Amino acid sequence: MIFIENLWKSFGQQEVLRGVSLHVEPGVFTALIGMSGSGKSLLLKHLVGLIEPDRGSVIIDGKNLSQLSRTELEELRSRIGFVFQSGALFDSMTIFDNVAFPLREKTKLSESEIQKKVMDELAQVGLAEACEKYPAQISGGMIKRVALARTLVQSPEIILFDEPTTGLDPIVSRSILQLFNEVHQRRNLTGILVSHEIPDIFDIVQQIAMLHEGIIIASGATEEIRASSDPIIQQFVNGNPEGPIRYR
Amino acid sequence: MLGESVIAQISNLGRAGTFALQAIACSITPPIKFYRVLKQIRFVGWKSIPVICLTGIFTGMVLALQGHPTLRKVGSEAFIGPLVALSLIRELGPVLSALMVTGRAGSSIAAEIGIMRTQDQIDAMALMGLNPLRYLVAPNLIALFIAMPLLAALFDVVAIFGGYLVAVRMLGLNAGTYFGQMNNYVELKDVLGGLYKSMSFGILIGWVCCFKGYYSRFGAEGVSAATTEAVVNASVLILVWDYFMTSLVF
Repeated sequence: MIFIENLWKSFGQQEVLRGVSLHVEPGVFTALIGMSGSGKSLLLKHLVGLIEPDRGSVIIDGKNLSQLSRTELEELRSRIGFVFQSGALFDSMTIFDNVAFPLREKTKLSESEIQKKVMDELAQVGLAEACEKYPAQISGGMIKRVALARTLVQSPEIILFDEPTTGLDPIVSRSILQLFNEVHQRRNLTGILVSHEIPDIFDIVQQIAMLHEGIIIASGATEEIRASSDPIIQQFVNGNPEGPIRYR
Repeated sequence: MLGESVIAQISNLGRAGTFALQAIACSITPPIKFYRVLKQIRFVGWKSIPVICLTGIFTGMVLALQGHPTLRKVGSEAFIGPLVALSLIRELGPVLSALMVTGRAGSSIAAEIGIMRTQDQIDAMALMGLNPLRYLVAPNLIALFIAMPLLAALFDVVAIFGGYLVAVRMLGLNAGTYFGQMNNYVELKDVLGGLYKSMSFGILIGWVCCFKGYYSRFGAEGVSAATTEAVVNASVLILVWDYFMTSLVF
C-alpha cells in the first residue's frame, strides 16, 4: 500500500507540489496524468526517496520514507522498480551486463544462474538477440524494454514508470504500454505510470489520478475519470485547447 | 542577494566536505570494487604515460638549459644535476604530473560522472539499493592514490634524463658530475616528500573531479561547466595544497 499524505515541495519561490495526497492499493496499476511540468515525475521521485519533501509524508507498507535510515531506505528501494524516462541504462555496459548488474551486485547467484535469469527477462521483452549490443546501438523503444527487463530482474513488488513512452512512435508506444500491462497482470505488481498516452492508458490501468496546480484534483477508477464532469479533467483527457486549464 | 550567495557557497563547501568523507569511507571499507579500480588505474595511470613522458622530458631540458648559465656565473655548473633533481623530486615532478593528470583524466572523470548524472544513471544505481559513491567515486580515488606517485616518479626519471641530454650532451658537462653530484645531494626525505605530495594530489584530484561531476547541473551546459570547474578548481587546489605540504613535509 502506498500512502502519499499532504506532500509539499518548493524550489525557491516556486511551489510545485502543494499538498498532494494519494492512496494506491496493492496490485493496482495507477496512471498519474497532468500537464507537462505539473510535478508528476517529481512526485514519483518522492516515492523512492530521491527527493525529500518540504512537508508531508510518503508511507509505503507502513514505513515513512523520511524516517528510514540509509540501510532501511536501500532495503525498501530494492523492492521498488523504477523505469526512467531516459531508460537510464549504463552506456559503458552491454545490454546483458546492464540487466545482470543488479544481480551481480545485490545477490549471491552464480554466473550461470544470472545468465539464465537475465536471458529469461530479455526474452520476455523480446530482446534476447540484442544482449551483446550497447545502449547506443539500439533504438529508443528497445532501450525502454531493456530498462523494464533490468527492473523486473530484481523482482520488485512495486514498479514506477516515469513517462516511459516519451519520444516513441505510436506503434512502439502502444506495444510498450501493452508490455507493461502484461507484466503487471502476470506478476500482480503495484504500479504507478506517469504518462501522456491518452486514451491508451485508459485500457491499461485500473486507477487514474490527475495532478493539477500542485494537488491531486481527482483520483478514481478509469471509468469514473473518463465520465467525470470536471471541466479540467474533460479538457485534459480530450486534449482540448479551450477550457479552464491555462497553458504556456 | 549577497547573503544568499554566501549561504550557497558555505552549503556547497559543506556538501563537498561530506562528499569527501563518504568517498574516503567507501574507499577504505569493503566491498572494494577491484575490477573498477584496476580499470581506472589503467585509465588514469597507464594512459597518462605518454603525456607525462612528453612534459617530463621538456621540463628537465628547460631546467638544465636555464640553470646552466646561472650556475656558470658563480662557477657552480657542476651542481646542475642536484638542481634539476631536487627541483623535480621535491616540487615539479609531483605538481606538474598532477596538473597533467587533472587535465587529461580528471576532466574525463568529471564529464563521465556528470553525464551519468544527467542521464539518471546515478539515480538508477541508487534505486537498485547500491551506493553510487562506492561504484563511481571510490575506484577513482583509489586509482589516483596509487597511480599519482608512480606517474610523478616516472616524470622525475624522464625529466632527469631530459636534463642529462641538455647538460651533458648539449652543454658538455661531464656525465659523472651530473649524476654523481645528484647522488650526493638528494636525500631520502626529498623522495618521500615528493611521494607524500603526489599521493595527496591524487586524492585531491579524485575528490574535486568526482564531486563536480556528481553534482553536475543538467544538460550539456551543466556537464561542460562541471568539467571546467573540476579542472580549474583541482589545478588551483593542487598549487595551494602544495604550499602547505611543502611547509609540512620539508
